[in-house]
Amino acid sequence: MAILSLKDVHKSFGITHIIRGVSLDIEQGEKHAIIGPNGAGKSTLYHLISGLYSVTSGTIELKGEEIQNKPPYEISRRGLARSFQVTNIFPRMSVFENVRCALLWSRGFRYSFWHLLGRQGELNDCAMEVLSQIGLLEKASFPAGELAYAQQRALELGITIASGAEVILLDEPVAGMSHSEAENAVQLIRQITEGKTLVMVEHDMNIVFDVADRISVLVYGEVIASDKPAAIRGNQRVQEAYLGEVATHA
Amino acid sequence: MVILQTLVKKFGIWVAYLAVLLLLPQLFDSILAISIYNQMAIAIVFALSYNMLLGQGGMLSFGHAVYFGMGGFLGVHTLLMIENESVYFSVMWVPFIGGLFGLLCALFIGSFSTRKAGTVFAMISLGIGELIAASSLIFVDFFGGEAGISGDRTFGPTFFGVDFAQNIQIYYLAAIWTFIATIFMYLFTQTPAGRMANAVRDNPIRAEFIGYSARRVRFISFCAAGLFAGVAGGLFALNYEFITEENLNAATSGRVLLMAYIGGLGYFIGPIIGAVLLTLMNTLLSTYTDLWLLYLGILFLLTVMFLPRGFAGFIMMHQVAWLRGRLTSLIKPYLITGLPALVFLLGVVTLIELIHTEDETLSIWGLSLTPASVPTWIVLIAITGAAFYGIRRSLPQLREAWHAANKPDGEGN
Ligand SMILES: Nc1ncnc2c1ncn2[C@@H]1O[C@H](COP(=O)(O)OP(=O)(O)OP(=O)(O)O)[C@@H](O)[C@H]1O
Ligand SMILES: [Mg+2]
Repeated sequence: MAILSLKDVHKSFGITHIIRGVSLDIEQGEKHAIIGPNGAGKSTLYHLISGLYSVTSGTIELKGEEIQNKPPYEISRRGLARSFQVTNIFPRMSVFENVRCALLWSRGFRYSFWHLLGRQGELNDCAMEVLSQIGLLEKASFPAGELAYAQQRALELGITIASGAEVILLDEPVAGMSHSEAENAVQLIRQITEGKTLVMVEHDMNIVFDVADRISVLVYGEVIASDKPAAIRGNQRVQEAYLGEVATHA
Repeated sequence: MVILQTLVKKFGIWVAYLAVLLLLPQLFDSILAISIYNQMAIAIVFALSYNMLLGQGGMLSFGHAVYFGMGGFLGVHTLLMIENESVYFSVMWVPFIGGLFGLLCALFIGSFSTRKAGTVFAMISLGIGELIAASSLIFVDFFGGEAGISGDRTFGPTFFGVDFAQNIQIYYLAAIWTFIATIFMYLFTQTPAGRMANAVRDNPIRAEFIGYSARRVRFISFCAAGLFAGVAGGLFALNYEFITEENLNAATSGRVLLMAYIGGLGYFIGPIIGAVLLTLMNTLLSTYTDLWLLYLGILFLLTVMFLPRGFAGFIMMHQVAWLRGRLTSLIKPYLITGLPALVFLLGVVTLIELIHTEDETLSIWGLSLTPASVPTWIVLIAITGAAFYGIRRSLPQLREAWHAANKPDGEGN
């Protein structure tokens, strides 16, 4: 059974129909890439899955339970975490606090006002562990808003994976990075999503074909193909709609 | 030895805080001084509770005095109940009762007002504040109308012989309550709910994607803030033994906002500084000049424009220079700019007082000036103008010294 399953999902903003009937099954442990031109609706699709937007119609199931139109925090508690295309961190808090906050719910602290965070050795060790994974150990006490761009992207990833969610949605995790930074980031993504289900929106085709076991192509709010990388590369419609365009741009 | 060091490091600041609170009456023990200390203690708890909303939780409230006032009103009613023996406990628990009532009001009002932060929250808080202030004229039994209600704290059982009749006894009680409330408010910032309040303040959307309902997080902070505002209100009831609608209206809400802001929202200690400063202005300055509210307004404006992180922020700004061992290099430039700044300030104040006075002569700074004399004005304006010029001239040097003191080690110009 698919861990994440979309059935005929539609989304309109007013009269503009942005997502036009997307159906998609993502298997447990799969590394799934979603590609498509700018404005195709990739981020919008993420917003629907993660609960930021409500769907106009259709259903979204996570581990067999319907989650469409549930608030983001409930979906997050069910084990789905996501990152954002535009860096979305807690700028005035320290890097360490950013990660520790991301750990709190999954560690069962809920809205507690009777636990002192300084005394939660295991929680704090775990936050440090995540920091060392994303290479920000030295910046632990820095205000997050003062980090360099690539470091903020790494922190964005750290916040996303900290809770140990089973399904991870990444929205253009390496966009805007230099070549070497991107290579490091891909390495990191591979490492931290080991054994988990990963859905990734990415424009860099080298990375997509490198990481993904399956690729879906979204064009104008519709999935025009969903297949193994090799099959996608040879698909005529995809060539015309998207990959050809990328090739001529490059 | 090591254990002692860590103990001092961990609790030293709290011991010092308690010591200052308890030793203040040794410094000055006049009736005026004790009365000022009492007001300070009340203001500290109130301002710290306000900071739970604005500084920690990002909720700009224009109606926080509601919880202070409600705590205070129930506090006075509790005094009355103790007096007519419908309840039997020491008046020292009145702040606790006030806190419970503040919490109760916050539970009710927060259930809908914390749905959104930002402008919506601010407007709702303003609306509720107006509503409660207006109700005080309707529910006369509880609020006592315009005259308010008064009680007497000398009834009920004593606490080991202490009857809390004298102001000094109330001060020691208030100091203990203030200390306890400060500790609990500090500890709150160290809990998951307190830390998530910061996260929701910074980025409410992202907070929802790590499992937290921003609304619930705000609600919890709001209730905690209501609780401690109620404690402050209870202290107020004990100290003054009377309370009126003025203690929960928009003016009081505005004053606590000023305290927290001028002290510095980003720091736990900020509101304490602000509370002390504003209480001093309110009590001491107001005996010298009836224009003190104008000066408070000017102080607020200057803070917003030049010290956006308040007095606490201004102090903390020097941390880097201090760590690099270059703080002393700033003393001279500070003096060079500070002196004309002081003269300028005194000049402006003198001019304002001169405009304001209706007497033949104005006694100020040990001088006596004649408002009708043109040369007086000319000299004053000249001095003030020269001081302003002095500030402008010396400012670049100060800026340069500042950069030099903060620049990382081993870096050239
Ligand atoms: N809240 C909204 N209201 C109206 N239109 C929206 C809204 N959000 C997105 N859109 C529109 O939906 C379309 C898809 O946007 P989306 O951000 O999902 O694209 P994308 O595939 O992520 O593109 P990119 O590769 O540039 O990130 C765009 O035309 C955008 O203008
Ligand atoms: Mg996008």
